[in-house]
Amino acid sequence: MGAHTQVTRREFLQTASVVGAGLVIGFYLPPGRGRVTAATGPFAPNAWLRIGTDDSVLVMVDRSEMGQGVATSLPMLLAEELEADWSKIKIEFAPADKAYTNPMFGMQGTGGSTSVRAAFTPLRKAGAAARELLVAAAAQTWNVDKAECRAEKGAVIHTPSKRRLTYGKLAAKAAVLPAPADVPLKDPKDWKILGTRVRRLDTPPKVDGSAQFGIDVKVPGMLVAVIARCPVFGGKVASFDATKAKAVPGVKQVVQISSGVAVVADGYWPAKKGRDALEVSWDEGPNASVSSASIAQLFAQRAEQPGAVARHDGEAEAALASAGSKLDAVYEAPFLAHATMEPMNCTAHVRPDGVDIWAPTQFQTGCQQLGAEISGVAPEKVQVHTTYLGGGFGRRFELDFIREALETSKAVGAPVKVIWSREDDIRQAQYRPACYHRFRAGLDATGQPVAWTHRIVAPSIFARVFPQTIKNGLDGEAVEGGVGMPYTVPNVHVDYLLTDTGIPVGFWRSVNNSYNAFAVECFIDEVAHAAKRDPYEYRRDLLTKAPRHLGVLNLAASKAGWGTAPPAGRARGIAVYKSFETYVAEVAEVSVASDGAVRVHRVVCAVDCGPVVNPDIVEAQMQSGIVYGLTAALWGEITIDKGRVQQSNFHDYRMLRLAEMPQIEVHIVPSSDAQGGVGEPGTPPIAPAVCNAIFALTGKRVRKLPIGKAT
Amino acid sequence: MPPIVLTVNGKRQSVDVAPDTPLLWVLRDNLGLTGTKFGCGIAQCGACTVHLDGTAVRSCVMPVAAAAGKRVTTIEGLSSSRSHAVQRAWIAEDVPQCGYCQSGQIMAAAALLAKNRSPSDADIDAAMTNICRCGTYQRIRAAVHRAAQEA
Repeated sequence: MGAHTQVTRREFLQTASVVGAGLVIGFYLPPGRGRVTAATGPFAPNAWLRIGTDDSVLVMVDRSEMGQGVATSLPMLLAEELEADWSKIKIEFAPADKAYTNPMFGMQGTGGSTSVRAAFTPLRKAGAAARELLVAAAAQTWNVDKAECRAEKGAVIHTPSKRRLTYGKLAAKAAVLPAPADVPLKDPKDWKILGTRVRRLDTPPKVDGSAQFGIDVKVPGMLVAVIARCPVFGGKVASFDATKAKAVPGVKQVVQISSGVAVVADGYWPAKKGRDALEVSWDEGPNASVSSASIAQLFAQRAEQPGAVARHDGEAEAALASAGSKLDAVYEAPFLAHATMEPMNCTAHVRPDGVDIWAPTQFQTGCQQLGAEISGVAPEKVQVHTTYLGGGFGRRFELDFIREALETSKAVGAPVKVIWSREDDIRQAQYRPACYHRFRAGLDATGQPVAWTHRIVAPSIFARVFPQTIKNGLDGEAVEGGVGMPYTVPNVHVDYLLTDTGIPVGFWRSVNNSYNAFAVECFIDEVAHAAKRDPYEYRRDLLTKAPRHLGVLNLAASKAGWGTAPPAGRARGIAVYKSFETYVAEVAEVSVASDGAVRVHRVVCAVDCGPVVNPDIVEAQMQSGIVYGLTAALWGEITIDKGRVQQSNFHDYRMLRLAEMPQIEVHIVPSSDAQGGVGEPGTPPIAPAVCNAIFALTGKRVRKLPIGKAT
Repeated sequence: MPPIVLTVNGKRQSVDVAPDTPLLWVLRDNLGLTGTKFGCGIAQCGACTVHLDGTAVRSCVMPVAAAAGKRVTTIEGLSSSRSHAVQRAWIAEDVPQCGYCQSGQIMAAAALLAKNRSPSDADIDAAMTNICRCGTYQRIRAAVHRAAQEA
């Protein structure tokens, strides 16, 4: 067959890793009847699939499972083309390895709602190529034409004779066959697994306590550390006295590391008691007088000057000057903490000959590089063991807690698990940027918008994480949702003032989109009101050039009963927003109690994410994103005084609970358009949908988050 | 200090720790029962929920000394092979996302159903105050109703 190239297995793997991870396939053949595990066997770890002679199908999941469902959706992609028996699928989390680079990042990491989009073609191709090899192996075994054979539910069947061999019996032979050239993928109409409500593979271990999260890791000789850090961002240890800490039974050592002082003990409780007893004096550094008030003042001042231009269509200033009516509004949003349910933690063992890191991390490449940097060993000697993540939301893309475990292990010469308290988590994080938006709009005599200006003042995540991406003061990521304002307006100007506040900022579920959606979708509601138009119809008429926005807007409005009277005492608000290439519209049905307490009763969500891998997971992610965004919109606020975060735990950083949960209805638009992500796009539209509903009910605009009480 | 004796998942355990050590950390660090989770340390989130003589308690604020001589049930001891009605309902509804809070949610639901075999939505609202940051509440509610019907 001319299309096949004869290569040895070793060459195949080498070549495949050069031409792209999408073609890497491998078969791990356990010696004897041994159990298939990632830790043993001759198989190079640059593959997603291992088929055992016992018919087990092991899928290496190379993205972090933090609730978004990758441990199910990624195996589905592979299993579909492999014609695997889904009941035989087992998963393991992949080690850190170049073969597992996220092609949308160029690094091994999970974020940006990229996992399924990035894997959609490579994993299906890997499954298809493996299936072809298994079919060829069967044909060779039976000495029949391949065309007479078919793959089905984990076996190859010779159709004329009905002979059947399972994949396990074919694995050894398939492993030495020539790699097939690019195998065509199935037509979506022939999918058996993709597009169906396959049950999550990670549910069973999550209902009996057996799922291992980072905080559950235990290795021989392990100690537990709790770290004292400067309460002011950017501060340092001036001096410390460990006498009282060391007097706590169970405390073994007290060592200084770059982030503070680590109290190392034989368990969390003695370590925490030791930290509470530790005496540290801090050099508070340059941020000791920063407060929320000083930051608000800084933002307002900065907003008086022009910023880096992010979008410029037509001549907005001139159009404003001649507009029949004008609007001017300021929107503000606060810093937000992630508050993952599992507090930050990491276990590390730094040895002269290598490093092991066990962590709930979204960023394996970063862990590996940091392990190498701190220990001095080569990166390939740093093994990264990714556990289940008890929530990620972007917080676990950070490496601060990884660094602490590595440094502490190195200092004490033993494996160390660093555990953060909830107070540490709320007070020592990287926050969703606080921000200030200044809008102006001009309308003509018919109410059509003729000018739109949007100035964004905010600290930049990318300036901290990837400073090379900032060009002429513009952080393209920070302004994305402002630049992407989808409504037809002839004159648009969007600019940005990168404004550092001394408070570290980081990726928080949906990143810039959480604040830009709030600002843009509330302000367009104001414009609709000024034009004396229904806010849904006004949006609809301005979205004729944005068909996917329009599709979800119409669907959400229709399913919510827009235009019919809501139940007594309630009003509806609407918002539509695209993020991570997925389009979401949400209608919130809201009431306000006499004391001003806001209650969201119902949310109708329409989503267009292109081809759907698992509709059940898409629905779950929309619900999840809505709850995350709603919690923040209602109550989320990190405030600063004297350079310190004032909140500390769930009693003053309030979370939505079951009794406050709205009924959420998710409607998926059937779509073969470009695929988007689903982990984040549910979050951005909910804050403006709720704020717009509050306006519809009370006539008062919420221009500053959190909503708190609507009075 | 004399060791503290308690019964965990039907097994008598003797632990030699400071009496103010929260039950949570004894379960996790001393007895290796890591299904019970640490979430807040101040009894706000419920990730640490276990049963003490059949009642749901938040083990992060309960000194182990207070559990001396009592029966503690953790998620590991709720059933063998996920056979408790609540666990079966959780699987049927595919409730968990990240899963971190779910041991506590399941223990809270099991305690509720042991006292109230047919809880109303209002009963569920009142009893299920555990925090889930993934927002699985809609499925939790459905699963509690399902467990009530199928128990």
